[in-house]
Amino acid sequence: MSYYPGCTLKTKALNFEASAIAAMAALGVNLVELPRWNCCGTVYSMAEDDLAHHIAPVRNLVRVSEQGSGKVVTLCSFCYNTLKRADLLMRNSPEKRDAINAFMDEEIDYQGDVEVVHLLEVLRDDLGWEEIAREVKVPLEGLKVVPYYGCTLTRPQEAAIDSVENPTVLQELLRVLGVTVLDFPLATECCGSFEIVSRPDSVTERAYAILGMALRKGAEAIVVSCPLCAHNLGQQQPKIAEKYGNFPGIPIIYFTQLLALAVGISPELCRFDLNFGEVEALLEKKGLLPQCERSGVGE
Amino acid sequence: MARQVRIGVFVCHCGNNIAGTVDVKRVVEELSHYPGVVHAEDYMYMCSDPGQEIMKKAIREKSLTGVVNANCSPTLHQRTFRRVAEAEGINPYRVEIANIREQCSWPHMGDRETATRKAIAIIKAAVEKLRLNMELTPSVTPLTKRALVIGAGIAGIQAALDIANGGYEVVLVEKDICIGGRVMQLAGTFPGMERPDYLLASRLAAVTSHPRIRLYMCSEIEEVSGYVGNFDVIIRQKVGYVDKDRCNGCGLCLEKCPVSVPSEYECGLSQRKAIRIPFPDMAPFNPVIDAEHCLRFNGGQCQACREACPEGAVEFSGEDTLIEENVGIIVAAPGYDLLPAGEPEIYPEDPDIIDGLQFERILSATGPTGGEVRRPSDSKVPREVVFISCVGSRDPEHGVPYCSRVCCMYVAKQALLYRRAVPDGQAYIFYTDMRSDAKGFEEFVQGVMDEGNILYLRGEVSRVFRDGDKIKVWGVDSLVERDVEVSADLVVLARAMVPRPTTRELARRLNIASDEHGFLTEAHIKLRPVESLTSGIYLAGTAQWPRDVPDTIASAEAAACKVLSLFSREELLHEPTIAFVDEEVCSGCGQCVASCAYRAIDIDEGRAVARVNEALCEGCGACAAICPSSAVQLRNSTPRQFFEIIDVASG
Amino acid sequence: MIKKALVIGGGVAGIQAALDIADGGYQVILVERTPSIGGHMAQYAEVFPTLDCPQCILTPKMVDVGQHPNITLLTYAELQRVSGEAGNFKVEILQKARKVDHTKCTGCGTCWQKCPAKVPSEYDAGISERTAIYIPFPQAVPAKPVIDTGHCRYIRYMEFIEGGEEGKKPPQCRICEQLCPVGAIDWEQEDQIVTEQVGAIVVATGFDLMPIERLPEYADDPDVIDGIQFERMLSPGGPTTGVVQRPSDKQIPREVVFVSCAGSRDPEHGVPHCSRVCCMYLAKQAMLYKHAVPDGQAHVFYIDTRTTGKGYEEFLQRTKDEGTVYLRGKVSRIFRDGDKLKVMGVDTLSGKQVEVSADMVVLGMAMLSSEGSKELAARLGIATNEQGFFTESHIKIDPLESTRPGIYLAGTAQGPKDIPDSVAQGSGAASKVLGLFAQSESTSEKMVVS
Repeated sequence: MSYYPGCTLKTKALNFEASAIAAMAALGVNLVELPRWNCCGTVYSMAEDDLAHHIAPVRNLVRVSEQGSGKVVTLCSFCYNTLKRADLLMRNSPEKRDAINAFMDEEIDYQGDVEVVHLLEVLRDDLGWEEIAREVKVPLEGLKVVPYYGCTLTRPQEAAIDSVENPTVLQELLRVLGVTVLDFPLATECCGSFEIVSRPDSVTERAYAILGMALRKGAEAIVVSCPLCAHNLGQQQPKIAEKYGNFPGIPIIYFTQLLALAVGISPELCRFDLNFGEVEALLEKKGLLPQCERSGVGE
Repeated sequence: MARQVRIGVFVCHCGNNIAGTVDVKRVVEELSHYPGVVHAEDYMYMCSDPGQEIMKKAIREKSLTGVVNANCSPTLHQRTFRRVAEAEGINPYRVEIANIREQCSWPHMGDRETATRKAIAIIKAAVEKLRLNMELTPSVTPLTKRALVIGAGIAGIQAALDIANGGYEVVLVEKDICIGGRVMQLAGTFPGMERPDYLLASRLAAVTSHPRIRLYMCSEIEEVSGYVGNFDVIIRQKVGYVDKDRCNGCGLCLEKCPVSVPSEYECGLSQRKAIRIPFPDMAPFNPVIDAEHCLRFNGGQCQACREACPEGAVEFSGEDTLIEENVGIIVAAPGYDLLPAGEPEIYPEDPDIIDGLQFERILSATGPTGGEVRRPSDSKVPREVVFISCVGSRDPEHGVPYCSRVCCMYVAKQALLYRRAVPDGQAYIFYTDMRSDAKGFEEFVQGVMDEGNILYLRGEVSRVFRDGDKIKVWGVDSLVERDVEVSADLVVLARAMVPRPTTRELARRLNIASDEHGFLTEAHIKLRPVESLTSGIYLAGTAQWPRDVPDTIASAEAAACKVLSLFSREELLHEPTIAFVDEEVCSGCGQCVASCAYRAIDIDEGRAVARVNEALCEGCGACAAICPSSAVQLRNSTPRQFFEIIDVASG
Repeated sequence: MIKKALVIGGGVAGIQAALDIADGGYQVILVERTPSIGGHMAQYAEVFPTLDCPQCILTPKMVDVGQHPNITLLTYAELQRVSGEAGNFKVEILQKARKVDHTKCTGCGTCWQKCPAKVPSEYDAGISERTAIYIPFPQAVPAKPVIDTGHCRYIRYMEFIEGGEEGKKPPQCRICEQLCPVGAIDWEQEDQIVTEQVGAIVVATGFDLMPIERLPEYADDPDVIDGIQFERMLSPGGPTTGVVQRPSDKQIPREVVFVSCAGSRDPEHGVPHCSRVCCMYLAKQAMLYKHAVPDGQAHVFYIDTRTTGKGYEEFLQRTKDEGTVYLRGKVSRIFRDGDKLKVMGVDTLSGKQVEVSADMVVLGMAMLSSEGSKELAARLGIATNEQGFFTESHIKIDPLESTRPGIYLAGTAQGPKDIPDSVAQGSGAASKVLGLFAQSESTSEKMVVS
């Protein structure tokens, strides 16, 4: 299956990518990295006349077409959102499609024939929860978490992988893995990362609202699907402790890491050492780490 | 009265309403020892079927001669308990209600002792009053099964048709030369955008041709006397100076008449002549001369119309006709006006600043511009139109405090009609709250909002002024908190709906109430929405409150229903608890005559004593209170009874 | 022409229509699905804008219906089948088995005081319990009970025995039968079909509130309640005797948030239409809450305040003047955070996000057509709109006539509306019936003009 990594997974979110590839392989899905991929475009441009901005994502979609694959899977929520919406634009707006194709005349024309999906969709729709349940070797029982989606997987509605207001795909997956999922009303609240430059204070406030609620709900970790949220929610924790005091902190885990662990991948490959928070210690306390050599130490 | 008095007292808990505050057990205990009381009992809900059974049983077993029911206000269940007593052979006027809820448990909530003592006093007072109550029988008055409907707008038409179709004669009085009222001025009606003249054609035709409807055009109510079942009405029909039978409607007179007057129907946007022939489909054939403007009647010698008339139908002489009609009930549906222009500092006088009805005429296919949207000042097609909602409405300082209910919807409709007429035009709508709350309205407004080139701005307008060819509108968009300035070609003000200026006078003649704005007042806003407080007089349409066409029709049909119900009886019963005169004591001073709001009392000149018209008397007691010698008294509310009550209450 | 009318639905609109037709001198059959007439209005604490207690103004009318010589009241009954045409309809009405012989029953109340089976009370909108043999509320008309066969222990026992099921036997209760002083319990009573001929039909089947579950953003929490539940809580005759206390822990809520347009004007999550009454009843509830808890704080989220009736604008102003805070904006999410509920929304006038901590949240849920409206429409051969509200013959000028001659509409069955409008429509529909009956011959065409 064609796989588009994007920049973050090659830099700050290596743990996300490594665990995903290993887990999917165990589930019988081979993620093949797209050749010659480029930047996804980062933020989907809402301007009417800013067509040049869409060239980056469309060129990636052209790469997928060239492979003869009708589908590309992403891990990063931002890449998913940008690619998905660029594809929708190309499908639904013939004039803009022609203009963009004309601009990239060295490439083959893109006709809107690639399906952009997020890994969670592959797990839910292609494999199915029952299939995954059969592959679970280490049920992650006793671990109490809250799910956190961030914004870009479910907004706007036409690009949403699940209900805009009340997505459940992450909870469903985690339950299949044996995790105790707690009710979390702020699962789709903005983490504030967009404002990190202009209004850093409000970012700290947003992160505190989300993480504080997670702690009050009794969560031992927060499970995310977006590397930017993971980064932001991690980075803000020292600032939160400084600003508000009395903040114990909470580890942040990618859903793919728990998936990998549950289907029997060695913790080493999950790269918990790159996570924010004492993830390994937590998992060990819960008796969820199989006997193996520890690699590295938590931050 | 010689008979032994055996009184039963029934105390209701009204769930917790009474029993939560009043110690009903103690009340029953105390009353059971009171002189004359042979039975006292309490129950959770005395008005319920089992409660009534308790009463019936006690009346039978204890041979009661009178009953005191201690419960809620007499307006609620006096009728119920009187009916129960009557079924067991007790005269219904030997039933007294002691109000221990509205006048005791509710105001004294939380003070059980006071409330309980007060309840006991109230009930004892009722027992004392009951002791002296006479057995009375309602008087029977005949019922004239004819209805008078005032106003031939859509409300009056609907009421008249429903009553006539129900089999009764209707007298329909319209003061204008056309029927159909305000609805006929509209360009189209939301949501279907039908033209009102098409929509109502069959209904208007039915009114003019209905065998049971007698229609008086150019007529007003001069005087009303009488009472429900038997009103005498004098109708003044204005002289028209044109012989209907000879006039052939050729219209030559209209060409010759030198007088031009702003047309009421076109809201002043075009002129009419002093001699008028209404549109054939909007009235029975009825040509008239408007004497207020005709030169002949204003000191001139002009007789252009008479000279032009090939049939010799114009006659400059004649008098108003006074017509007497006898009817059983009256439906008042005089309709509405728009709030007259005011606040020149915000909305200056300008031909291109118009009101909603004027814009209806401009949009109308039959209007002064022939259905093309052109602004009044220079007949240019307006490219930018600003609509302003709540002009005068919801504005206690400058206009009226209430919401006019229809403006949000007609403004949306007008914007849509404007966009259809001027496809490249731009409409702006200033609004406060979008009130599209009836069936299909929300969907309609959402559709209008989705239409291109109609911009809704939530905010108020601070100033409108002319700037060369344009009219500048200053306002605020409260959603983005920015000041907004729009250059418009035409500004449409959705002015508040108000009662017609003549409605107050009509209310006075009918002897019904109107509120501080002049709207006619209903008997109970929730449960008696189409009845006035004067029995036999009903309300319909916008004279009662701003409402749209379907609600107006529903209210008219409801009023008609009340009429049909009433007419299904053969005669009317009249309350016997009214005033009577002790002629031996009466000196004929006449103070009571002046005090009567119902014109029910006069002086018999021959014997020099006051005389009560029992059919008119409503039993209010004003005369009894004012009479210096207690010659006038109210049956079953005599001074003696009140003294007994005061004794008990103060003891 | 059969000069007898059928009124379907015993809420305030149906009651008014039945009384007006009966007062007009014709026979009326009033069919009500539940065990008592009264409808939703009987549930309210006080009604706007006069703050009358509906018990005071509605129960006299209910009593009148029960006693009127021209009205045949069939409660616990539903319309099954209709044939014929205006002037001569043949109707079949299903009289559900009450298992209580109402000719013997005196309504003494012993049975429902002693019945051990508890069921959430429909009348109290689920915030209290009733028994399996019950009258819905003390002022019910008729004030005689029915046995809810779905919850009666003895009937469950009989079904168990007859079904030959495995497992533990339910108790063979029969307490009501043993206690009834007049032997009115009748286990043999079965559903019956009553056949009648009528000349006209008035449909006044009312509304239901949209269930809160349809809005998953708003927490499934005992302290998030709908408008009718709060009415029951405010009602002096309600389960809390008028004391405002939140359901979860019976504490008096110090901060209450009222949410307008919960499901209304929201085609994506709910319904596109406006429910017309919520602005007013939430203003009223906020006012009554402030009267009950003077130091409490009430917030009302709204999109547009729609206070268009007589005296309504002034009422809204009074609510604001008495200290209720109005916030123009939608509520995006309601969730529990410890002891408090968090209400996240936006104040569109300041353009800011707001978060209010509340002890209790009252949702002005959308008004829907009453359950089964579309099926009833199919039986009657009349049309409804997408939401199941009955379609009038012309929305502008024939608002009370259905799409079939001889069948008329009244009240919220036609679309959301408040009590005065429902009462006026009830009377208006009655006028149509009286007009029809005044015709000497039935015609399937309209009258001279309707």
